[in-house]
Amino acid sequence: MKKFAVLTASIFALGMAGGATAQDKASATRGKQIYERTGCWQCHGYVGQGGGGAVKLAPEPLPLDAMIAFVRNSNRNMPAYSEKILSDADLADIHAFLESLPAPKSVDSIPLLKNLKPPQ
Amino acid sequence: MASVAVAGAAALPLESTAAETSSTGTTAKSPTPSVMPPSAQQIAAERGTPADLPKAATGASTGPMCGADFMLDVLKSLKLDFIFSNPGSSFRALHESVVNYGHNEKPEFITCLHEESSAAMAHGYAKAAGYPAAIFAHGTVGLQHAAMGLYNAWCDRAPILTILGNQANGVNRRPNIDWVHAAQDPAAMARDFTKWDDNPQSLQHFAESTVRAFRITQTAPMGPVAVVADQDLQENPIPNLGALSIPKLGPVLYPQGDANAVREVAKLLVAAENPVIIADRYARTPAAMTLLIELAELLTIPVVDTGNRANFPNTHFLAQGANYAKNDVILGLEVSDFFGILHEFIDDDNRTTTSRIKEGTKLISIGTAELFVGANYQDFQRFNPVDIAIPGDAETTMPALIEEVKQVLTNERKATLAGRADGYRKAKLAAFNRSREEATWGWDASPISTARLAVELWDQVKNEDWAMVSPSSFGWIRRFWTFDKHYRTIGNSGGEGVGYGLPASVGAALAHRKHGRFCINIQKDGDFMYANGAMWTAAHHKIPMLTVMFNNRGYHQEIMHLQKFAARWNRGLENTKIGTLIYSPDIDYAKLAQGMGVWAEKPVIDPKELAGALRRAIAMVKQGAPALVDVVTQPR
Repeated sequence: MKKFAVLTASIFALGMAGGATAQDKASATRGKQIYERTGCWQCHGYVGQGGGGAVKLAPEPLPLDAMIAFVRNSNRNMPAYSEKILSDADLADIHAFLESLPAPKSVDSIPLLKNLKPPQ
Repeated sequence: MASVAVAGAAALPLESTAAETSSTGTTAKSPTPSVMPPSAQQIAAERGTPADLPKAATGASTGPMCGADFMLDVLKSLKLDFIFSNPGSSFRALHESVVNYGHNEKPEFITCLHEESSAAMAHGYAKAAGYPAAIFAHGTVGLQHAAMGLYNAWCDRAPILTILGNQANGVNRRPNIDWVHAAQDPAAMARDFTKWDDNPQSLQHFAESTVRAFRITQTAPMGPVAVVADQDLQENPIPNLGALSIPKLGPVLYPQGDANAVREVAKLLVAAENPVIIADRYARTPAAMTLLIELAELLTIPVVDTGNRANFPNTHFLAQGANYAKNDVILGLEVSDFFGILHEFIDDDNRTTTSRIKEGTKLISIGTAELFVGANYQDFQRFNPVDIAIPGDAETTMPALIEEVKQVLTNERKATLAGRADGYRKAKLAAFNRSREEATWGWDASPISTARLAVELWDQVKNEDWAMVSPSSFGWIRRFWTFDKHYRTIGNSGGEGVGYGLPASVGAALAHRKHGRFCINIQKDGDFMYANGAMWTAAHHKIPMLTVMFNNRGYHQEIMHLQKFAARWNRGLENTKIGTLIYSPDIDYAKLAQGMGVWAEKPVIDPKELAGALRRAIAMVKQGAPALVDVVTQPR
């Protein structure tokens, strides 16, 4: 009986795994590699900080489905990428990487920024 | 017309007064020479140094001994301070004249290691000094090298006097070298991006053409010019110095816009509910910024500064970002690309252009672009119709516009317009605070964020009398630094020809040197590698300048282009680094600089080391030498 219960639990677990989303299996480590390999960092920076017209991606990235939708349909400076060259799984990994990045310090904790003279 | 002392206008006797007694006993006039021998005074006038030409600064005045000496006298009459040049045999005599007859002063020969550097240095110099310099180059290979530099100056409306050496007489050409360095029409290859050129056939012709060229290069819209210095003319003795003269240069004036049109513009600006001014290549002199501030404050009109000149202080509450959709009147001052500014262009598979302005917006242009337009090179940008196009120099027209505004502006209206100020101040402060917030993203990242670099550098130079001699390179500079004086920036390259940055910075720093200004060059790594011998020129001529590498190890704009097409065809996104990244090996810019006599330390990639590295480099620059800090940065 015990063996049957373990087997049932295992099958159940496998069933759950088979129905899991890309997000569930996403890996920040893989995401960092994909982020670098596919050149996301070229515009968005190594830590997703953005700059030079490219938007900030991290911390607090868009929800994954919104990010995927943007990547698939972008009509701005960033080209749209299809699943053929950047899959949903890849984007989920990238998303996991972006989520793993720490929040920035506050302005008040950076004296050089805090003490900048505002415009007249 | 200042002229060489000419041969005295002694009357030539038509008849002699000598009398002879004829065989018939009557007195008859005997034949006498038709030309009298020159008097001592005439001899002295013909052989002496012309009274109004500058004498040699030291030693006995020898007077011009060859055509090149006279050519140099012409250049000296233009009050040139510098000639930027790589040496060349086709102008060897002129070069020798500069360093000996001219004692290498006014103009001084600045040794360049590439003609592209010569042209870019002259370009940067002219913008910083407010006065042109000259370059010497071979009419063939030298001009070919210099061409991109001249093209950038052409697009950027900057003056350069180009002197091209050429041996026109085939019989006098040395085998091989003079032949491959000769052309029938040397200036032809640059004709589409120079305002004017000539190939003088005599020394007098050279004098007149060079003075004419120097006027043309400074006449609005400014642009480079070229004059050929024939080798035989340079190298041979002067056949008749007394017959030569150098035309006076005279002041170069700038055209003012039509008075009636300016009056109409004033009325439109005063009546507008939501006007904006766009300043592009507007500022020519230090007065420009002051005038534009006066106009903007009079009407409480926001100003969008494209950054191509030091048009308007970026910290002024009226220095605003663009939101053209709301504007009812838009005034462009020397705007070179109205279409590009007022339309959004999507560089997509199907290129689309969308207007940024609403129906009925009044567009006004004051500028000199239409006074001189080339046809072949398309730097004139896409055509955009305007409601009032006033041909005239915008800076010269500004006082008249201000006066007309004052005539129309009632106290009541002025008070109403002043009510806009509060909103602009709040928007300005909000934008500043937003920028500070954004600068925290990636603040401690390695490679170093451009925000961190901009703020760390500003902290160390903000109390200096500083001048940015390069393009700003990244937006953080303009977000946080205070561009409040006419010399804080000299704008960009004009033609977007990469390789402009380093030499132009050196040229501009040379112009600033006599004022003791602390010059800063934010140096893109790709640009640096085109002709970095300019770094040696800075060391050799002791031109103090702080170069801070914006070393992002690649041409990141080009990567975007490749990514666009990889995405379009669904292939090879990971291959877009091929031909675009500068890595493997990573270039050590500090070692390159050290090799050319410029102080530098090892590359800085940890932001914690940045302040110390900058501090040490700044100390070197303040001692009068160039210094370089190789900062490895984030891509943007």
